Amino acid sequence: MFENVLRQADVFFTWENALLWLRALGTTLSMAVIGCCLGFILACVLVYFRSSPHRALLPLRLLLILYVEIFRRIPFLVLIFLVLFLTRALGFRLPLYWVACITVTISATAFIAEIVRAGYESVHRTQWDAAEVMNFGRFRTVWLVVMPQAWTVIIPPAFSYFVMFVKETSLASQVGVYELMQTAKYFNNIGISPFLAFGTCLALYFMVSYPLTRFGWRIERRLRERFRREEGAEPLVPALRPLPGL
Amino acid sequence: MTVAENREVQLELREVSAAYPRGGPVLRDVSLQVRKGEILSVIGPSGSGKSSLLRVLIGLLPPSAGQIVLDGEPIDYASRRHRQRVRDRLAIVFQQFNLFQNMTALRNVTVTPVKIRGEARAKAQARAEALLRRVGLADKFNSYPDELSGGQQQRVAIARALALEPEILLLDEVTSALDPEMVNEVLDAIRALSHDGITMIIVSHEMAFVREVADRVVMMAEGAVVEAGPPQQIFDAPQTQRCREFVSKILRH
Amino acid sequence: MDYTFQWGVAFGYLPELLQGAWVTFHLTFIGFWSGLAIAVFLAVGQLYGGRLLRRSISVYVVFFTNTPSLVTAFFIYYGLPEVGILWSPYVCILVNLVLKASAFLTDAIRGGVASVRVSEMEAAETLGFSMLQKIRYVIVPHVAKTLYAPISNLYIVFILGSALAAIFGVEELTGTAFNIAAETFRTIEIYSIAAGIYVLMTVAASALLALVGRWAFRVRARIF
Repeated sequence: MFENVLRQADVFFTWENALLWLRALGTTLSMAVIGCCLGFILACVLVYFRSSPHRALLPLRLLLILYVEIFRRIPFLVLIFLVLFLTRALGFRLPLYWVACITVTISATAFIAEIVRAGYESVHRTQWDAAEVMNFGRFRTVWLVVMPQAWTVIIPPAFSYFVMFVKETSLASQVGVYELMQTAKYFNNIGISPFLAFGTCLALYFMVSYPLTRFGWRIERRLRERFRREEGAEPLVPALRPLPGL
Repeated sequence: MTVAENREVQLELREVSAAYPRGGPVLRDVSLQVRKGEILSVIGPSGSGKSSLLRVLIGLLPPSAGQIVLDGEPIDYASRRHRQRVRDRLAIVFQQFNLFQNMTALRNVTVTPVKIRGEARAKAQARAEALLRRVGLADKFNSYPDELSGGQQQRVAIARALALEPEILLLDEVTSALDPEMVNEVLDAIRALSHDGITMIIVSHEMAFVREVADRVVMMAEGAVVEAGPPQQIFDAPQTQRCREFVSKILRH
Repeated sequence: MDYTFQWGVAFGYLPELLQGAWVTFHLTFIGFWSGLAIAVFLAVGQLYGGRLLRRSISVYVVFFTNTPSLVTAFFIYYGLPEVGILWSPYVCILVNLVLKASAFLTDAIRGGVASVRVSEMEAAETLGFSMLQKIRYVIVPHVAKTLYAPISNLYIVFILGSALAAIFGVEELTGTAFNIAAETFRTIEIYSIAAGIYVLMTVAASALLALVGRWAFRVRARIF
C-alpha cells in the first residue's frame, strides 16, 4: 500500500492539484462564512421579534419558537436534500453552491438564535428598566444597551458553531458541491489512493479548524477576563475549552 | 429646607392601588400630594410599598385603581403615549445596576438627550460634563461602570437623571445597596441638589438624612400611607401608633 | 410548481422509516455510550497520566474534534480495506462514531473535572479524605451534575450526526429515506417525514435524559 502512495506522490503533488484543493478550500470556507453571517443576522432579528411583549405578535412568536426547535433537530444532510428538492420543485434551478449556503443559513439561524436568546437573558432586567424609563423604546434598547452587553456571551459559542459549520459543509459534497470533500472523492475516483486523497482532505480541514478553534478559545478567555464577575472559589484548573456542541 | 406650603400641587395620587402580576397588592388606596419644589421623603419598613410607589409613578408598574394627576392632568398609565410623556418629565434613579454597563460615565449621561431626545451632541456633552463635575466626578468621564465604585456609579446615575431636566426627580433607595463608606458621598450629592428647588421624592432608609433634608415625610406600611407630615412630626411626635413603633425601632440604632 | 405531492404514498412507507429510525437508535446508542466509557479512561489518563500518555491522548482528541465526521468515515471506509481490514458499513460508521464521541467526551469530562472547586477539595483534604474518597464524594458528584446537560446535548448532536451513515449504505433513517425516495421519487415528502422523525426522536431523547437527570442527579435541565 505504501509503495502505491509513493508512486502516486509525484502525480498527486502538483501545482494544478494544489490549486484545485485551494479552490475547494475557498468554497468550503465561503459557504460557512456566508451561511453563518446571514444566520447570525437572521437569528438576531428572530430573537428580537420572539421576545416582543406585544400580544398581537403572539402567533409570530410561536412560529419563531417552532422554527428554532425544529431546525435545530434536523440533520444537515437531510436538510440539504430537502432544500435541494424543494427549490427544484418550486422551479428555482439554483446552483448547488447556493443550495448549500441556504442550508447553512437555515441551520445556523436556528442554532445561533438559541445563543442570542441566552445573550438577551444574560443582560440584567434592570438594564431594560433603565432604558425604558428614559423612553428608549424596544429597538433602541436592544441596539444601544442589550446587544452590546450580550455580545460577550454570544460570541464564543457562536464562533464555535461557525467552526463546526466549516466541517459540516463537507456534507454539501453529497449534492455535488465542489468543496473539499468532493475534491477528495474526485481524486479517489481517478485512481489516487484513498490515503492520499482523504488524507489531504483531512489535513486541510484540520489546518482550518484547529487554528480557528484556538482563536475562539483566545477570544473567549479575553472576553471572560474583561468582564470578570465575582463568583465562588477559583476552579481547580483555569477554565478549559468551551464544551462543544452547546 | 424650603418652604413649600403655599406652592401649587404638582403631583397628586388619589387612592392609587397596585399589585404585581404574581403577588398580592403592594399599594392600597394611597393618596398623596407633592408640591412644586418640595422634597418629599417616603419611609417605612421593607415591603411597605415605597419602591412600588415610585415604580408606579415612572410607569413600570401599572396602577390597578385610583388616579394620578400631574400638573392638573390625569395620567392614563395604560396608554403608551401617556407613559412616554410622563417619562419626559419625571426621572428616576434606581437602587442598583443603574448605569448602562457598556457605556462610559459620560456616554451614560449623554445617550438619552442625544439619541432619544435628538439634542445636539456638543450641547448634551457640555451639560453632561458640567453635571458630572457637579456630583464630583470630573475625572471619571471616560470610566466604565465596572471601573467605578458603587457610590461613584450612583452619582453618575444622579447626573444622568438630571441631564433629562426632569420636573420631578425620584430617588429609590439609592444608598441601600452601597457599602457604608460610599453612602455619604451620594447623600452629599443629593443634599447639594436639594437647594436647587427641584421637586424630589426620596425613598430612603437614611433617617438622619431624611430628617435633615425633607420638607415632608410620608410613612408607609403594608402598602398604605400611615402618616404624613413635616419631619419634626414624624420623627419627634408621631401621631399614629404604627408610625411611633416604626420610628422608635429605627431611631434606636 | 412541477411537483405533485403524494403524502399518502409517502406515509405508507412509515414502517420502513421507523425501522430505519430503530437502526439510528441502536447505532448511536451503542456508539455514544461506548464512546463515553472510553472517554472516562482517556480523561483520567489525560489528567493523571505520564507526559507521553497525556500528549498522545491530546493528539487523539485534537485530531477527532477538528476533522469532519464525513471525512474520517470515508477514511475508515475506503482506507481500511487497503490494509486488509474489511468491515461492514455499519461497523465502519460505528467505529467512526465511537472515535469521534470519545474525543469530544474526553474534552467535556476534562472540563468538568477541572471545574471542581479548589475550596471543596481543600475541605475534603482537611477532613482527611483519601484520594479515592475525594474522587467518590467530591469529584464524581460535581462532575456528574455539571456534565449531565452538556453530555445529553452532545448525544442529541450525535443522533443528528449519524445521518451520514446513509452515504455508506447503512439502512438507518436517512439511508432508508434515500432508498425509498430513489424508488418512489417522492423526495420532499419522504425527507420531510424523516426530518419529522428526527425531531421527534431528539425531543423524546432530550425529555428522557432530562427526566433521568432530574431523578438521578437532581439536575434541572431544559427540554426545549
